[in-house]
Amino acid sequence: MMTGAQILIESLKKEGVDLIFGYPGGVLLGVYDTLYDSDITHILPRHEQGGVHAAEGYARATGKVGVCFGTSGPGATNLVTGIANAHMDSIPMVVFTGQVATSLIGGDAFQEADIIGITRPIVKHSYMLTNVEETAAVIKEAFHIARTGRPGPVVIDLPKDVMAAKAKFEWPEKVNLTGYNPTVKGHLGQIKKMLRLLEGAKKPVIYMGGGVVLSEANEELVKFSEITGVPVVSSFLGLGGFPGTHENFVGWLGMHGNYASNMAVSDPDFILAIGTRFSDRSTGRLDGFAPNAKIAHIDVDPASISKNVQIEVPIVGDCKAVLKQALGEIDKFNWDKNASARKEWREQIKAWDKEHPFDYDRTADIIKPQYVVETIYKVTEGDAIICTEVGQNQMWAGQFYKFNRPHQFISSGGLGTMGYGFPAAIGAKLGCPDKEVFDIAGDGSILMNIQELTTAVQNKVAVKVAILNNRYLGMIRQWQNMFFNDRFSHCDLECQPDFVKLAEAFGAVGMRIDRKEDVENAVRESLKIKDRPVFMDFTVDRNENVFPMIPAGASVSEMLLMKK
Amino acid sequence: MMRHTISVLVENKFGVLSRISGLFSGRGYNIESLSVNRTTDEGVSIMTIVTIGDDRVVEQIIKQLRKLVNVIRVRNVSEMDHIEREMILVKVHATQRTRPDVFNIVSTFRGKTVDITNESVVIELTGANDKILAFLNVMEPYGIIEVVRTGAIAIGRGSKMTSEMK
Repeated sequence: MMTGAQILIESLKKEGVDLIFGYPGGVLLGVYDTLYDSDITHILPRHEQGGVHAAEGYARATGKVGVCFGTSGPGATNLVTGIANAHMDSIPMVVFTGQVATSLIGGDAFQEADIIGITRPIVKHSYMLTNVEETAAVIKEAFHIARTGRPGPVVIDLPKDVMAAKAKFEWPEKVNLTGYNPTVKGHLGQIKKMLRLLEGAKKPVIYMGGGVVLSEANEELVKFSEITGVPVVSSFLGLGGFPGTHENFVGWLGMHGNYASNMAVSDPDFILAIGTRFSDRSTGRLDGFAPNAKIAHIDVDPASISKNVQIEVPIVGDCKAVLKQALGEIDKFNWDKNASARKEWREQIKAWDKEHPFDYDRTADIIKPQYVVETIYKVTEGDAIICTEVGQNQMWAGQFYKFNRPHQFISSGGLGTMGYGFPAAIGAKLGCPDKEVFDIAGDGSILMNIQELTTAVQNKVAVKVAILNNRYLGMIRQWQNMFFNDRFSHCDLECQPDFVKLAEAFGAVGMRIDRKEDVENAVRESLKIKDRPVFMDFTVDRNENVFPMIPAGASVSEMLLMKK
Repeated sequence: MMRHTISVLVENKFGVLSRISGLFSGRGYNIESLSVNRTTDEGVSIMTIVTIGDDRVVEQIIKQLRKLVNVIRVRNVSEMDHIEREMILVKVHATQRTRPDVFNIVSTFRGKTVDITNESVVIELTGANDKILAFLNVMEPYGIIEVVRTGAIAIGRGSKMTSEMK
């Protein structure tokens, strides 16, 4: 016989979990007592929000399921932002929350919160364990649900008495869920229909999203694009799913994506969408989005198909599996059918890119934030894992770093969570210790989870944080500048800590970089530090805006470009 | 905008009703009525949800319902040959003078009188939505005191099972 807590830890081992992020508390003491004897590595964040983001960063960098713990009440509510973040970006997570004893539930006990109720709209699924004998089966189901289909977070609430009760440990052979059976393989007839439309298209484009990264369909997609000769446009979260340096790669579309990508989706005759949900930030105003195109859409989530944009050829299935099926049929079609029109189309896209590439004033004497990102790209030779905070820093990271592999770019896309990047970078580095991991940060966002410096120092996590310090909430300032008549309401961070001293106070390395000529050297120096986090505080141009920009609710034709 | 009756087979588990009602409120779908009870399998319940929306909204509702792990099967009953019923209990003013008229109408609608006092009667009536509305309309002049109404329930015609698992 084992206690619920012991069954829990054994079940985690069975699932291959070797790293968890968690913060103990009253009702979790039994679980933590069991953890004390276990060989699972446990990282103690300094705030539950840091823990849940770190677990997500770990999941995104490794492709495994992220695991974290928080106690009942405030511990659990502090996890809410992180659960919502994982839900929006479809990241596999299993989140354990403590709960008061079942006999006390509903009585407003100390540190009681209805976390199942609170998280209901932001989870893929959730469980409240009420019977110790279900523990192993529930955990196995939770991991299965989290990682299959369209991935997402699963919450398991652990009442104190259930964790203390005893049962026999029996690891189920397989999960048996009558209501859950995601489609993996696509319908062959639909795949052929898609190929036939693609074969006949003169101006086709592939629009890929985060689903390609999640299903690791990158190799299949490269092959598919090369054989068919179709250019590839990515969503922001798709970055890395197709090599950024590949000649068929156009860039990323959407509010701050590149001109060529946005032009490419504004008037193609055929779009093959793969693993994307047509978010408003990607498409802009829907009536301006590819009005004359037929669209085929491969997605594992049927509800993502025809949700925002009407789809002619829906293909439900895993991106990788469906692309494999498509590759199996690909020789039966003639990809030279419209060779000259296709060539003209590709040249048109190249011309658009030449006309308006991502750019900034390279002659400026002061440090331009884009220059910092570009330098990090150069010094790391494009190999680093890049995490971001949210706002201008995030957009510049997407614009000036080229990602060549899945799991290389980690950013809060759907929810847009400030304070996400730093803990996510810690999780990513713990998951991929051999890779350099950077957090491209703003001076606003970085303060939102600054306490995790302690976590990084304690665990010798050598993440590099590049603060693009403009003493503003930069994206807010940009919108107030562009749309609110320069009425800078509460975006001026006139009082800021000394980030160098702050880093040092935590036991990390701090650097301040005020001159453009010191940028490269600072980044190179940071790479030499292997046992501690590094904060690089770059004093950048305060008034730099992110371009191009398609204002919210506008269409591609209203794109604002950098003034030359 | 059309009225759709959706039949949802769910696992009879903790919180499943709130997952479904929460899905409707969170995504701004509207619920006209919802009724739920066990099937012959005690681990499985069947919900009948009546909603109003255009085809696209209803398609999304069905897809979103199917995503819920505890949902076994979703069927748009409106698209199949089916029988739909609601039940009402209506308390109507009826004195000695008006009672015969009321009884007449009740019998025309094949309702039942289940309680009588000097001033009022309680009538039980089942039927599809339009029949119920027609009855209430006819009763209106007599003075309706109170109406209690169930949500719609629906079943497919013929041997095909509405609550079939697959």
